[in-house]
Amino acid sequence: MSAYRMHLLVCGGTGCRASESKLLAENLQALVMTAGMGREVQVVITGCFGFCEKGPIVKVLPDNVFYVEVKPSDAEEIVSEHVLKGRPVDRLLYVEPEQKGKVSSHGEMPFYKKQLRIALRNCGFINPEDIEEYISVDGYQALGKVLTEMTPEALVTLMKKSGLRGRGGGGFPTGLKWEAAARNRADVKYIICNADEGDPGAFMDRSILEGDPHSVLESMAIAGYATGARFGYIYIRAEYPLAVHRLEIAIAQAQQMGLLGERIFGTGFSFDIAIKFGAGAFVCGEETALIHSIEGERGEPTNKPPFPAESGLWGKPTCVNNVETFANVPPIILKGAEWFASIGSEKSKGTKVFALAGKINNVGLVEVPMGIRLREIIFDIGGGIRDGKKFKSVQTGGPSGGCIPASALDTPMDYENLTCIGSMMGSGGMIVLDEDDCMVNVAKFYLEFTCDESCGKCTPCRVGNKRLHEALTRITEGKGTMADLDNLKELGAIIKDTALCGLGQTSPNPVLSTMKYFWDEYLAHVVDKKCPAGVCTALLSYYILPGKCIGCTACKRVCPASCISGEVKKVHEIDQARCIKCGACLKACKFGAISKK
Amino acid sequence: MGIKSLDELKALRDKLKTDINVRASGEIKSNTRVIVGMATCGIAAGARPVFSAMVDEARLLDLARVTFVQSGCMGACHSEPTVEVRVPGEEPILYGNVTPETARDIIRKHIRSGELVQNLIIGRPFETV
Repeated sequence: MSAYRMHLLVCGGTGCRASESKLLAENLQALVMTAGMGREVQVVITGCFGFCEKGPIVKVLPDNVFYVEVKPSDAEEIVSEHVLKGRPVDRLLYVEPEQKGKVSSHGEMPFYKKQLRIALRNCGFINPEDIEEYISVDGYQALGKVLTEMTPEALVTLMKKSGLRGRGGGGFPTGLKWEAAARNRADVKYIICNADEGDPGAFMDRSILEGDPHSVLESMAIAGYATGARFGYIYIRAEYPLAVHRLEIAIAQAQQMGLLGERIFGTGFSFDIAIKFGAGAFVCGEETALIHSIEGERGEPTNKPPFPAESGLWGKPTCVNNVETFANVPPIILKGAEWFASIGSEKSKGTKVFALAGKINNVGLVEVPMGIRLREIIFDIGGGIRDGKKFKSVQTGGPSGGCIPASALDTPMDYENLTCIGSMMGSGGMIVLDEDDCMVNVAKFYLEFTCDESCGKCTPCRVGNKRLHEALTRITEGKGTMADLDNLKELGAIIKDTALCGLGQTSPNPVLSTMKYFWDEYLAHVVDKKCPAGVCTALLSYYILPGKCIGCTACKRVCPASCISGEVKKVHEIDQARCIKCGACLKACKFGAISKK
Repeated sequence: MGIKSLDELKALRDKLKTDINVRASGEIKSNTRVIVGMATCGIAAGARPVFSAMVDEARLLDLARVTFVQSGCMGACHSEPTVEVRVPGEEPILYGNVTPETARDIIRKHIRSGELVQNLIIGRPFETV
């Protein structure tokens, strides 16, 4: 690196790359060179900025100008206007939907305002493929500090004091996990980074690995020092090719610099890391199943105890931590346990990354202090519900979590409170549902997922979830009975109590939580045979409102079942017996004369 | 090249840090930054004369360690031209409805003497992490 006066940061995360950010960066680079400013202006491909909704993102520094939805063809205007003349390209600035005001600086965008970035501190700021950039932002200093100034015991004490808990979902205190692995004596021990991110809609681990891979490598080595392990595996799904690619580069660079390998910093400590690929099975996110998968066995869980800290990979003490957990470690060591413990709520310290998805304006990744209210995440950071619709619920924690109703919007988000309201932190996926979503159908969707992903080893999960799914299918088809509802509750509770691993023990959560908070919707399906949100097709009917129909024949022409009759300028009618409920007439009618009930 | 000790790593970091700082704080950290909003709204409201007046005043007073940056819209379009003053270690101050004359006041009072121009302050912009 030499002294550039201006840096153009182009997001190179998976989302932005899918919208041609790579070509955009190439165009910018070529134009900068053509303008003869190759020595003054640097084009940097970074990791994810989190604001995926508006990607590709380009950030100009030191001006701190934030461009959104930039196309490869916009490169010319950015270079000729902004880089050359210092005039930001107005049309590419972010327009804040609430006030319609353009916001250029990223700190002033409501999306970033309430965020506090610890795990994502370097994502969208450094070039993940250049170890020097990581070093320039204090990279590997934490590793250096623990190796030269701290004993493993002091390091474990520090981690315990910080209050960091597992970010993969379980929320187990990281310091205790390290302590347990450190306590068990063995000739060989292992560190595993769990990068088997499986919750639908969650992508924080991928973003960290793509945007700041060295922070994870550094932390794994730190964990190795704390526990006495000298080898680590990153278990990552093969469908994350960009994350894998950047990890491979990062490992090679760290090895070359001597930051991984033998006798790091001239101390007696050696540590190395290898990547293991998973095939994308959800259950392999469970630590015992993950360990079996690395061993080449079937990806199936086993009973705990023994915990991996006693007998893990190849029977040796093993410490498994999630990507986001690792990303929090270097700042804790450099800034101190007290600093970290001062952030967050009483029992949940620090921040959590959430992946916002669903019917929300600002889809993307956000990192917020624990204890923040759900309302702030959804309405302030997330920009509220799409198309001005009404908020109904938010699904947190993926297939293991539950649906949180509007009445719980003011719940502080932390491990305890989420469990208390029938959901869970999980990995931090957050799918926002609006008035058009049917809660029974949502529960069915998640059950379908767990049925697919159940490994089949234990009966409660293999058979129980199947039965739950069947009952939900009956209900959405209008064939449900009150007995089905009772069975759902009873069976759900049994599965939770008796399943072997975390997958089964939490899989009924989407059903139980929706039954708790949206009981009236279940009743409407079973008793009235109606789907209030208008989603379950079997329970819907389309009608023509005689007062509004002007007889334009538009609906009749588009009906694929030819079940609409009526003459020009006369009120039309739908033959209910032949209607296939496709909704084509509703879309075609310009007079609001079709009603869906 | 291998790094053999923590001191070597620290030396490398310090060497690399100057450049990443351009990215981190916009400029060398010890400099005071004066940011003039010069998007369409700012320019239409007269940000260019404000900008040149400030640069001129700073030159007249021989003020070093000040960096003038033109930026886009700060989002306070109702109060353009806006001038944000960031003195290292202090909360950023946002001034609104600035004229070339009051701009010179900001340089004289705020930048030189550390005294805020109270009647022009429209609110503190968001603090970046």
